[in-house]
Amino acid sequence: MIEVRELSKYYGETKAVGPLDFTIEKGQVIGLLGLNGAGKTTTLRMLSSELLPTSGRMLVDGIDLAEEPDQIRSKIGYLPDRPPLYGEMRVREFLEFAGRLRGMPALGLMKRVNEVLALTSLVAHGDARIDTLSHGFRQRVGIAQAIVHTPALLLLDEPINGLDPVQIVEMRELIRSLRGEHTIVLSSHILSEISETCDRLLVLVDGRIVTEGTEEELAERMTPGFDVRVVARGDAAAILEQVEKVDGVRAARRLDGKAVASEYRADPAVVAVHVTADRDVREALCKALVGGDIGVLEVMRAEPELESIFLQLAGSANDLEALDGEGNES
Amino acid sequence: MSNVGLIVGRELKAYVRSPLGYAAAAGVLLIDGIWFMAKALGGPAEKRLSASVLAEFFNGATGTTAILAIALAMRLIAAEHDAGTLVLLKTSPIRDWEIVFGKFLSVMLVLLAITAMTAYMPLLILKNGKVSVGHLLVGYSGVLLLGASVTAIGLFASALAKNQVVAAILSAVLTGAMYLWWLVAKIADPPVTEVLEGLAIHHLRMRDFMTGSLRLENVVYYLAVAFFFLLASVKTLEARRWR
Repeated sequence: MIEVRELSKYYGETKAVGPLDFTIEKGQVIGLLGLNGAGKTTTLRMLSSELLPTSGRMLVDGIDLAEEPDQIRSKIGYLPDRPPLYGEMRVREFLEFAGRLRGMPALGLMKRVNEVLALTSLVAHGDARIDTLSHGFRQRVGIAQAIVHTPALLLLDEPINGLDPVQIVEMRELIRSLRGEHTIVLSSHILSEISETCDRLLVLVDGRIVTEGTEEELAERMTPGFDVRVVARGDAAAILEQVEKVDGVRAARRLDGKAVASEYRADPAVVAVHVTADRDVREALCKALVGGDIGVLEVMRAEPELESIFLQLAGSANDLEALDGEGNES
Repeated sequence: MSNVGLIVGRELKAYVRSPLGYAAAAGVLLIDGIWFMAKALGGPAEKRLSASVLAEFFNGATGTTAILAIALAMRLIAAEHDAGTLVLLKTSPIRDWEIVFGKFLSVMLVLLAITAMTAYMPLLILKNGKVSVGHLLVGYSGVLLLGASVTAIGLFASALAKNQVVAAILSAVLTGAMYLWWLVAKIADPPVTEVLEGLAIHHLRMRDFMTGSLRLENVVYYLAVAFFFLLASVKTLEARRWR
């Protein structure tokens, strides 16, 4: 539904972003993940048509942004990192203005504004001046203006920036509630946010997409093999010795006490071990540990966390070069 | 044109809701009133012609209108940039010329309203002296045409600058330079003299309007200045999409 082809942005001789190539299917929630300065905001500014790309194309439902900018703009809702709000306007009045700016006919606009106020939990604040609202509510008004015209593509730049924990949960629920009706691209450098909200991730480093996929796919790609976590009661050295004997095990290391479930933490004899293997070795591990007279408490597949994947992606230039090829193939 | 109307409506509401609009109206009425008392009703003891009193009033009114235009125009785009709201306009299906023209029109309507409030002064002259309605209308046309030109200059400065103060300084410098061409003309040789005098925004051009003489070339001059700076504002907005 949304196709981005060879999209690049240069400031003079300096490359800010690109070339970017990706496709987003209708109704997906896509996370644009990257450290500060990776090019997330520049990418969203280009997708929103606020900023013209130096080269490349963007198509929404087959319509080229360069050829039909007005038609595309009416299909896009954009919440920049700073919500574009007129402080002296009242919330309802502002949403009507935003709707009319996006070409909505007067007929039905009031109804849609009421729907959006309800969706963003702003009904009680509809007549409030925007400059009297708290940051969290202003962010909601920002989202409301972005969706008032029911855009096909919704772009959210760091939507939870500056929100308190309660507001973050509410914002997350709001974004989830928009899934399906809109295709959403949201940027964040907060890994948990991306992980919680998005169907697919595009990881940006130095203006390039170094890899893309679901969290599981990224984990698979970054850590080929099979990770197992073992929790057992016994001597740590003996446990590691039994584990390392198992065919297919590449490495095993003892984890710190936090990796042990709370009910076992009081027992100093309970040990957690992370095992990296070529294949699924859980059954063999159980047999080996039981054979070694070790009390097996847990043997489960360990999912690499998004944070560690991201740090790997952002950390090593060599890895990035290698991943670039993989990412493009996927 | 509905987009232009949308922009005009929002801008007018912003003026009504902020102290700027009221302060500007109060300031203009006060200064014009003082000018009228001092220059038109006061002044030398000898008798003066009603027409010269009216011309003197319009001379003062052009100054306050130019300052008012700069004050109203400085925020038009710079404030939107500063507040981050320009992105809402730039990502909406609305053309850059519609944004610029809508904002220009809103200032012109405010200028018109405030200028209309000064009408009691020339009307006093009309009632008690011997001036024609035509002189009054031509004089006010000149004031508003000058206001349109300075508003367009201010709008251009506002599109260039990222904050209102810089926009105000820039538009004051540009307007001042346009005012002072005739001084440069004094030390130049023909035909440069004529060119510079012709470019000056107030000197000869406004003298005709002040004395009730409507000349097409003067009207075209002010419209051309306004058009040039509005076009420059549109191009500046367009260029911003690359940055």
